[in-house]
Amino acid sequence: MNTLEMLQSYWWLLIAVLGAALVFLLFVQGGQSMLFGKYSIEERQLMVNSLGRKWEFTFTTLVVFGGAFFASFPLFYSTSFGGAYWLWMLILLSFVLQAVSYEFRRKKGNIYGTCVYDGFLMFNGLFGCVLLGVAVGTLFFGGEFTVSKTNILDFGSPVISQWASTHGLEAIAYWKNLLLGFAIFFLARTMASLYFINNIGGAKSFISRMRKSVLVNGLIFACLFVAFLVVLLIQPGYRYFAGQFVLENNIYLHNLLGMWWLALIMLIGVVAVLYAVFRGALDNKWQSGIWFAGFGVAAVVVVLFLIAGYADTAYLPSVTDPSSSLTIANSSSSIFTLKVMSWVSVLVPFVLAYIAYTWYKINAKPLTGKEIENDGHAY
Amino acid sequence: MNDLMSVVDWSRAQFALTAMYHWLFVPLTIGLSVIVAIMETIYVRTGKERWKGITKFWMTLFGINFACGVATGLILEFEFGTNWSNYSWFVGDIFGAPLAIEGLLAFFMEATFVAVMFFGWKKVSKGFHLLSTWLVALGVSLSALWILIANAWMQSPVGMEFDPAQMRNIMSDFWAVVLNPVAINKFFHAVFSGWTLAGVYVIGVSSWLLLRKRNVEAAKSSIQIGAYVGVIGILMTFMTGHGSAVEVSRVQPMKLAAMEGVYNGSVGQDLVAFGILKPESERTQDDPMLFSIDLPKGLSYMIDLKGDSFVPGINDLISGRSITSAGDTVYGLSYADKREIGLTAQQALRDYAAAKESGDHKAMENAAKVVADNFAYFGYGYLENVEDAVPPVGITFYSFHIMVLTGGLLFVFLLFIAYLAYRKSALLEKSWLQLLGIISIAVVWICSQSGWVLAEVGRQPWIIQDLMPTGVAISDIPASSVQLTFWIFAALFTALLIAEISIMLRYIGNASKSNIEKHD
Repeated sequence: MNTLEMLQSYWWLLIAVLGAALVFLLFVQGGQSMLFGKYSIEERQLMVNSLGRKWEFTFTTLVVFGGAFFASFPLFYSTSFGGAYWLWMLILLSFVLQAVSYEFRRKKGNIYGTCVYDGFLMFNGLFGCVLLGVAVGTLFFGGEFTVSKTNILDFGSPVISQWASTHGLEAIAYWKNLLLGFAIFFLARTMASLYFINNIGGAKSFISRMRKSVLVNGLIFACLFVAFLVVLLIQPGYRYFAGQFVLENNIYLHNLLGMWWLALIMLIGVVAVLYAVFRGALDNKWQSGIWFAGFGVAAVVVVLFLIAGYADTAYLPSVTDPSSSLTIANSSSSIFTLKVMSWVSVLVPFVLAYIAYTWYKINAKPLTGKEIENDGHAY
Repeated sequence: MNDLMSVVDWSRAQFALTAMYHWLFVPLTIGLSVIVAIMETIYVRTGKERWKGITKFWMTLFGINFACGVATGLILEFEFGTNWSNYSWFVGDIFGAPLAIEGLLAFFMEATFVAVMFFGWKKVSKGFHLLSTWLVALGVSLSALWILIANAWMQSPVGMEFDPAQMRNIMSDFWAVVLNPVAINKFFHAVFSGWTLAGVYVIGVSSWLLLRKRNVEAAKSSIQIGAYVGVIGILMTFMTGHGSAVEVSRVQPMKLAAMEGVYNGSVGQDLVAFGILKPESERTQDDPMLFSIDLPKGLSYMIDLKGDSFVPGINDLISGRSITSAGDTVYGLSYADKREIGLTAQQALRDYAAAKESGDHKAMENAAKVVADNFAYFGYGYLENVEDAVPPVGITFYSFHIMVLTGGLLFVFLLFIAYLAYRKSALLEKSWLQLLGIISIAVVWICSQSGWVLAEVGRQPWIIQDLMPTGVAISDIPASSVQLTFWIFAALFTALLIAEISIMLRYIGNASKSNIEKHD
């Protein structure tokens, strides 16, 4: 492996880690989607304010995920974002609605009323999860696009990446992508329930309801995830080999078996999530489920990204023209830029440390209705 | 081709819409974060509870505004990919890095410490809370730093070379990108304009409280902080504004010519202090102004602090004409020459691709050399005629003059208020002055928006100066799709802006019924 390949692998790993952090933090969206349910006003206040102290982390991670992808694999940014236009626009729209809703929902003079802002939160809760799942799904199930860099010299039609005329709607309508999308949605709800158990104090009946919610959502998630895994492991894909893309059956299964340590990490991740779901649902005193689930989810998502991109696998396969498929080798930034960015990435542990410290400080005591009442900045 | 132009226009409209809405909220975030941090510092240092109340009052307004800035910012970042897909590949190797660094270093800092700032009053120590508030202010300015480095690079591309094999630009010098003089000026200009804007906002809102004779002491204390920050802001904005103009004359002389409506430049060029352009149909190039008040030799003086230098006009730049210090007329590269050079570079790139296809390494090497030698004007090859390289003169001219005029008024206003606040003058009680304070809120926003209109319209047709015209940077999407998202975002952002203003007004209105120095 030469330096460029090493840096490409390193950056794909960082993208995987950011993706993992993002999926974990989607518990905020999962929690928002639970506002569809019937809860008392006090319970809704607790839920919204509990999530409201964390929503910016999810949002920021999404932004950084986008920025890091741009910096390290610009051809993906150019191809997927410009191509699957509607998919990304709907994702963005749902997050824009979220960004103002916490702050505005109960402020006097907010014009549209609390219900509308809560509606925005629910919209983001459902569509944010499902559509991000669909976007990740395209990494395995591909898109209908072509890339031709010489187009840039064609004055009449200079765009190098061309996508199917449905521009992402076809990706949203594809059942395999949706399978992953809904798996992530129910996962997010499971984690949200675990997070409420961890973060909200006092409200006993609410917490026992959350334990039930962990079990129901967790089981639905488990079924969907198993179905997704089966579909994934029998999915064919493209591998770049000897100068061209070669179609390979069960490519992701091969990648898992070829990189056995990834299979092991994935297994540990799955066990951690299942442990969190069952113990979270059944053990009435246990509050740490979110951490086990979080760790497990992060492990599984990292592995999914790595089997999508490592071993010369096309991480964005083109259904239309296999030779246009993107790999981490043909879509990355230059060695110079990857090096610069790698120096910057040395600061990641420092960023994680201050996030962890403030998280600990803010969450040191469980959130109660009384605290919200006395907090001038409550949502 | 028509559809292509229409996609370009709608994509530009969508980006302009998002950027302008974003810039309604962001300068207030930049400046108010500093003002709030100063107020909290006073609270911590003096221990006076009234300052905690004042801090919290402004912090709430900060929070209401912050949300809208975050919302519009998300769209901006992703629009580079969704609507400017070609751009993302052509220069993503350079442009992506600042965006990623911005996210990693600045956005996480903001997101993390903003939560402590809002919810940590009773959860962390006084000192750590204060630190968090300052870190929010720092994080906000750091975000501005990286995105402005990226923007400056588009106006003055440095630190990269073109790679014909991948048909894109590759970063070759990170520090040249970061320390680009255009970036440094732009950063300080934008950040201090935020201080100015927030200073005026605080003075304006406080003036309203004074007018209603409520929370008089809190309002006076706020005016003091707002005025000091505002004065520093406007002084620095002026200084860096001058620096920006000098940079524009160096890297974007066409923008400078359009800013001033100069068609035929001269030695000792006058500066139009105030003027109205003739309608485009009646505008002659020798006399484009309907009416103007000129400062003799002002423009020449502004550029190099000597009144006798030559400033090229629009026609001079197209023809390549300039006048030396000895007074001789000489001709350099005309735009027609540059267009030829651009076409040569593009043809060489085609040759390179063909040679690569046939595996002819020698031909590839030759073609690559021709590309490199002619790349400086690559973008001109896309222009159908040289006039396409002229930005819209009217908008550029007026946005510049509105910015300078309103900036000048704000300069006088802020110095005056700062003086009164320092002397604790009874004049602050006068209702005419308070009304002036409220009106100045509108003026400062007009000034701030004009600045960005100038910066972005004035550099047209370039998305990357001399290298890529806006029209080549687009995504392959139907114009109707962009049109639809444009209207969705236009409706949404407008709805959010109305909600924000309404919430702010209600909140400020309520402050006239309660004592903001007594907080919860």
